[in-house]
Amino acid sequence: MTATELAQARSKVNLKKSQPSLWRKLKGQWDLQLMVIPAVLLILLFSYFPMFGLISAFQDYNPFKGYFHSDFVGFKHFHRFLNNPDFALTMRNTICISLLKLFISFPAPIVLALMLNEVNRMAFKRIVQTITYLPHFLSWVIVGGLVMSLLAVDGGSVNTMLIKLHLIEEPINWLSIPEYFWGILIGTSVWKEIGFGSIVYLAAIAGINPQLYEAASVDGASRFKQIFLVTIPSIAPVVTIFLILAVGNLLNAGFEDILVLTNNLNNAIVSDYSTVIDTYVYQSAFKGFSQYSYAAAAGMFKSVINVGLLLGANYLARRYRQESLF
Amino acid sequence: MNSSIKISTDDRIMRVVIYVLLTLLTIATFYPFWNTVVISFNNGMDTSRGGLSFWPRQFTLDNYEVVMHNHLFFKSLMTTTARVLAGVISSISLTAMFAYAMSKRDLIGKKMYMTMAIITMYFGGGLIPTYLVIKELHLVNTFSVLFIPFTISVFNMIVFRSFFKELPIALEESAKLDGANHFGILFKIYGPLSGPVLAALSLFHAVFLWNDWFYAGIYLTTEKWIPVQTYVMNLVNSNAATAQMAALTGVSSSSAPSSVTSRSLQMATLIAATLPIIIVYPFLQRFFVKGVLIGSVKE
Repeated sequence: MTATELAQARSKVNLKKSQPSLWRKLKGQWDLQLMVIPAVLLILLFSYFPMFGLISAFQDYNPFKGYFHSDFVGFKHFHRFLNNPDFALTMRNTICISLLKLFISFPAPIVLALMLNEVNRMAFKRIVQTITYLPHFLSWVIVGGLVMSLLAVDGGSVNTMLIKLHLIEEPINWLSIPEYFWGILIGTSVWKEIGFGSIVYLAAIAGINPQLYEAASVDGASRFKQIFLVTIPSIAPVVTIFLILAVGNLLNAGFEDILVLTNNLNNAIVSDYSTVIDTYVYQSAFKGFSQYSYAAAAGMFKSVINVGLLLGANYLARRYRQESLF
Repeated sequence: MNSSIKISTDDRIMRVVIYVLLTLLTIATFYPFWNTVVISFNNGMDTSRGGLSFWPRQFTLDNYEVVMHNHLFFKSLMTTTARVLAGVISSISLTAMFAYAMSKRDLIGKKMYMTMAIITMYFGGGLIPTYLVIKELHLVNTFSVLFIPFTISVFNMIVFRSFFKELPIALEESAKLDGANHFGILFKIYGPLSGPVLAALSLFHAVFLWNDWFYAGIYLTTEKWIPVQTYVMNLVNSNAATAQMAALTGVSSSSAPSSVTSRSLQMATLIAATLPIIIVYPFLQRFFVKGVLIGSVKE
C-alpha cells in the first residue's frame, strides 16, 4: 500500500468518524436505545393506542368488527351526548363539584402549610404531619368504608354525637340525602388530601429567604402580618403552577371518591347530585348496555375541554404572572 | 423561634388559634380511623346499639376470626401481594432504564421520546378506549392486566431522570474506560447510588398497586384474580346496599343471630386490608417528602 493510498484510506475513516451514518450512531449506542424501547412500546400500547382508539367515538364501534371495520357515524354520539336530557344536570354537577374543590380543597393544604409554619413545637408539628399525611395512602375503598361507618344510621358516630348534643332527634341517613352529597364529598376530599397536599407548600415556605422576615419585623410587622406580606407572596409562584394544573382538571370533578360514596353508583337516590361526566362515561359503558362509542365520545368531550382549559390557564399565567408549566 | 423579639398580642392570639385548629384537624383525621378499629374489636350486636366511640365496650376477636377464615379474602391478599411485587419490580426497572437513557445528552431521538412521554401526562384516550385496547390485547381476566398497563410512569421517569442528571459524569466515564456498557453503569453504579429515590418511587408505586380497586374491577370480570381492595369494595357494597335498603324500609339490618354483624365484619376487613399500608407507612414517611419534592421540580 502506497503512502497516498494509506492517506486516502485514513481520510475515509476520518470522514466516517466525523459524519457517521444514523445507523452507525445507533449501533454505537445500542444499549441506550435498548433501554428506551420497552418503555416506548408500553407507552405506545397503553397511551397512544387508546388515543388512536378515540376514533371509536366517531363510529358505531362493534367489538367484533374492531376499529377498522366498524361503521363511521361522524359526530352522532357527541350530538346524542349534548342533547341528552341528563346532559345539563351532569354538567352542573361536574362544574359545581369542581368549583367547590377549587375553592375549598385546593386552598386547604395551603392554609395548613401556613399554620404548620407557625408551629415551633417540633413534636406537635411532627404528630400533626404524621397523622394528616396518612389518609393520602389509604385506598378510596377504605376511605369510603370509613365515611359510611361514621355516617351510619345505626350507631354511626356523627349521628350519635348530634343526638347527644340534642341537635337532631332522629338519626339522619346522610348518604341518602341528595342535598348533602356535595358537602360529604368535599369534606372527604379535604380529609384525605389536606396533609399530603401541604408538603410542597411547606417546602416552598422553607425556601423563603429569612432576611425577608427580619426586614419585615424591623419594619414592625407582626408574625400575623408577615404571613400576608412575606409568606404568601413568596409561595405564589408554586401556587400558580398548581392552580394551572387544577384548572386543567376542571372537568375531572372526581371519580373514585364519587364511586365509593355512592356504592359504586348503586345508590341511585343521590344520582341527581352525584352524576359527573366521568361517572356518566363509566355508567354508559359498564353498567347496563355497553355503549362504548357513546361513552368514548362523552369522555373525549371532557378531555378536549380539559386540555383547552390547561392551555388557556397556562397562557394567562405566563402572560400575567411570568409563571407557567410549559 | 425568635424568643428574643417580644411577641405582640395579635400573634399570641394567632398562635392559640393555630394550635387549637391543628389539634382539631388531627383529631378529625385520626378519629374515623380509630373508630373503625374500635368497631372491628367490638361485639357486632353491641355496636349496633350505637354510642360506640373511643373504646370497645365488649371486646372480641370474633370479627377478625371470621375475616381470617375467609378464603376469598386471603386469596385476594395473595393476588395483591403478587401484583405489588411484579408491578414494582417491572415498573421501577423499566422506568429507571428509560430515565437513564433520557438523562444522556447524546441519546438519538431524545426529543421525540420526551415529547411523546410528556403528551401522555396531559392527554389520553380515556377510560373506554383504554379498556377496548386492553380487551383487544386479550389482557382481560389475566394476572398481568393488574400491573402491566401501569408499568411506565412518565412522572417517575422525570423524577429518576433529574436524579441521574445530578450524578457526576466522571462516574460514567471511568466505568466506560473499564469497558462497562450502559446497562452495567445503570445497574452496578447508578442503582446503588439512588437508594432514597428508588425507595420513594417503589413505595409510591407499591401503594398505588395495593390500593387500586377500580382498574382491577373493570379489567377483571371473574373472581379469579380479584385483588384485595376490589374484594373489599364488593363486600362493603353488597352489605351497605342491603343496610341502606333496610334503613329506608325501617327494618333493622342487625337482626342476624350471630354476634358478628355485617358492619363489624366490614370494619375488621377494612382494617385487615389496610394493615400493610399502616406497617410500611413509617418507612414511607422517611422517603415520600423527598420523593414529592424531586417530582415537583419544574421540567
